Amino acid sequence: MKRIAHALDAASEPIVEAVIRLCGWSAIGLVVAILAFVVAQGLPAFANGLDLREFLTSVNWRPDSPVKPQFGMLALLTGSLAVMLLAMAIAVPIGIAASIYISEYCAPSTRELLKIVIELLAAIPSVVWGFIGYAVLGPIIMRVTDAAIGINLLNGAIILALMSVPIIVSVGEDALRAVPDSYREAALALGASRWQVAWAVLLPGARNGLLAAVLLGVGRAIGETMAVLMATGHAVQIPHSLLDPVRTLTATIAAELGETVAGGTHYRVLFVLGSVLMLMSLAVNLTAEWIVHGIRGRDAA
Amino acid sequence: MPAGDTHVVFDHVSVDYGGKPALVDVSVAIPRHRIFAIIGPARSGKTTLLKCINRTIEFVPRARVRGTVTIDGEDVFAARDAGALRRRIGMVFPLPVGLPLSVYDNVAYAPRIAGVRNRAELDDVVERCLRQAVLWDEVKDRLDLLGTRLSGGQQQRLTIARALSHQPEILCLNRFSIAIDPLTTMKIEDVLLDLKSRLTIVVVASQVQQARRLADRVMFLNAGRVVEAGDTEAMFSEHPQSPLTYEYVRGHFG
Amino acid sequence: MTARVSFVAGAVERRKQAIDRLARAFGFAAATLLIAPLVAVIGYLLVQAWPALTWSLVVENPARFMTAGGLWAPLVGTIDVVVFSLAIAAPVGVLAGIYLNEYARDGWLKRLVQLAVMNLAGIPSIVHGLFGVGAFVLAAGFGRSVLAASCTLAIMTLPVIITSTTEALASVPMAFREACWNVGASRWQTVRTMVLPNAMGGILTGIILQVSRAAGETAPILFTGAVFYVAIPDRGLAAFFPYGIRDPFMALSYHLFVISSQVTGVSDSLQYATAVLLVLLVLSVNAVSIAVRYRLRSRARW
Repeated sequence: MKRIAHALDAASEPIVEAVIRLCGWSAIGLVVAILAFVVAQGLPAFANGLDLREFLTSVNWRPDSPVKPQFGMLALLTGSLAVMLLAMAIAVPIGIAASIYISEYCAPSTRELLKIVIELLAAIPSVVWGFIGYAVLGPIIMRVTDAAIGINLLNGAIILALMSVPIIVSVGEDALRAVPDSYREAALALGASRWQVAWAVLLPGARNGLLAAVLLGVGRAIGETMAVLMATGHAVQIPHSLLDPVRTLTATIAAELGETVAGGTHYRVLFVLGSVLMLMSLAVNLTAEWIVHGIRGRDAA
Repeated sequence: MPAGDTHVVFDHVSVDYGGKPALVDVSVAIPRHRIFAIIGPARSGKTTLLKCINRTIEFVPRARVRGTVTIDGEDVFAARDAGALRRRIGMVFPLPVGLPLSVYDNVAYAPRIAGVRNRAELDDVVERCLRQAVLWDEVKDRLDLLGTRLSGGQQQRLTIARALSHQPEILCLNRFSIAIDPLTTMKIEDVLLDLKSRLTIVVVASQVQQARRLADRVMFLNAGRVVEAGDTEAMFSEHPQSPLTYEYVRGHFG
Repeated sequence: MTARVSFVAGAVERRKQAIDRLARAFGFAAATLLIAPLVAVIGYLLVQAWPALTWSLVVENPARFMTAGGLWAPLVGTIDVVVFSLAIAAPVGVLAGIYLNEYARDGWLKRLVQLAVMNLAGIPSIVHGLFGVGAFVLAAGFGRSVLAASCTLAIMTLPVIITSTTEALASVPMAFREACWNVGASRWQTVRTMVLPNAMGGILTGIILQVSRAAGETAPILFTGAVFYVAIPDRGLAAFFPYGIRDPFMALSYHLFVISSQVTGVSDSLQYATAVLLVLLVLSVNAVSIAVRYRLRSRARW
């Protein structure tokens, strides 16, 4: 009896191992499939009325024009970048300052509380944030600035900043915690105040991790869809002021995919936009990974 | 099988880790039912050698083995069932390892893996091995205690009990006493001397004197090479084969 | 003549301490800026939603073109789709994590898999939606359905499940594995009997967090199956599983999107109540994961 059970165990093991390996390799398969598929769906657009030059340099985005559809993505790209940059300008100082505070200054019990708060903030779905931008922040902006509409670049940036701060804080705090205590003790023993320890010793020491934290926030901001769809407005234009509505790449796809004909030019151009988005996100994530781990993937100290 | 004849043979064995040599052309015969001690300074390949006997060298990343290791003439690395092979050998580490299971489950782990399900049989194995490891009296009323909560000395004896639980023919101990107190060490050494009549014992000595106390034959390993192997008397005498041996056993280096 | 040493702060020291106090205050303000939005957001949502927050909101179906009635259909749609997608993603993700931490040898293949996982994690949710439309809805012929949306969500949650699994597995000390190998346990036996049971808590936490994330996402289900209205039974057992696997479905996140920005005539309190329900759903799942983590830590076995 013992022998039968043992033999069964031994026979099934290679099967289990094969399944495990397959699951591991599936990650590669999926990434390749998604990349290839999205790019492949988009490429035919260039043969069918999408002019590369127009695509890259024109601000005219009129995919449904009955006369001559125009597919210039410059305004959309600018929209994405503008929202992201403004959001980061708000979120990064707050995020880094908060992570220094949590890591270096506050009491352990407060730290636990703050970490839970951050986790809950990060859990709020993007559609809820979009709703808040649209229904709450919009009217506030209209009242405060006398603007005609409240959903615009500023609105989107504030909402995006609120969404990005948690990830910057939690990755940044991990980076600061990773700096050995011996560095802190040495500096404190020399008479440094906590701020001097943070500024002169920890920030340089955790520089890579903090940079990675910011880049992860950037990646999230570029890829965000629902919140910016609802909070930045629907005007396809290069913004000239904070109160101008804009449209991001992500919002464009979300707003228009439902109305396209599968296989048509508009449909395919949206896949081209998706490819652009994917490349941007991949570049940001790879850079963050490279900063933290180096090219070979070894752990940086 | 008569005692004293050859049980384990290393034939021109070399091991390297990603190019860095750990064992260089090691050839040695380990006799049956004797205590065989290995001495040598740090980083001389002693742990690597033990890992070759039970083939756990395979789990070390980038390890490459050349040459043959045989037990009773069978090539260790050609064995089809590695698990069954490993159950013929008991292995004890330098650092005590209590598994995060009850004391009972710690000792019953190996038999269960081998397919034993009968409760009475398991009870029997657990008691026998804990007695052999001189731990039974201390834990017999607390068999459900978590293994990780025992003291260092108790965990080391638990590891020995676990190593005996699958009835090995060879017992390997790798500097087993460095993390435990002298009194417990003495008790375990007495157990080893007693077990010798039933098992072949290979000990990487924690200190040179331990080899002198316990062993029938001693091998001196230095920087991956065998310097000398011989009867204990000869190794510790005024005239061992190599002057390096003379220097080492007297503590002049290492 | 020796100068007298004293421990009274001189000018340099006082300035240093002043800067330190300022930095601390600034940091404290930043941290407060974290708590404030959370409290303000949830508080304001609750206040505005109050008139509509009744039990019938949860158990009744939407009525009168979504301008009144309850949220049962979208709620159950979200739950069904999320459960289905995790049923796909969790086993694959855990096994892939086991591959990375327990089986893969250091080398180019392992590095490639890790890179793939990382890149998969970085793909924007709308691109997942694009892939879902092209590959599942159209190419595979699933149509807009629970199946297509679940597959899309599964791919989205997979990389994070893999990562949290590898981290949980890595937290089990190597010495335990070696002890098992030395008594003849094979790699799989060791994983099954020693490593996996001791990593289960961390693995579960990771999966639960992805449940909450999947429940809140809209972009992946936008075109792969979520619709604004589908008639479903509202009595009996069928009310719990109203959507067939090839059917389109209602979802809470999508519902909020539509009633707040796409249609008119929905009362403010109903919109806020939808947001509240979604946030409550997500936060309670997160609370479960925090509780699991806490219980884990207090019952540490080594």
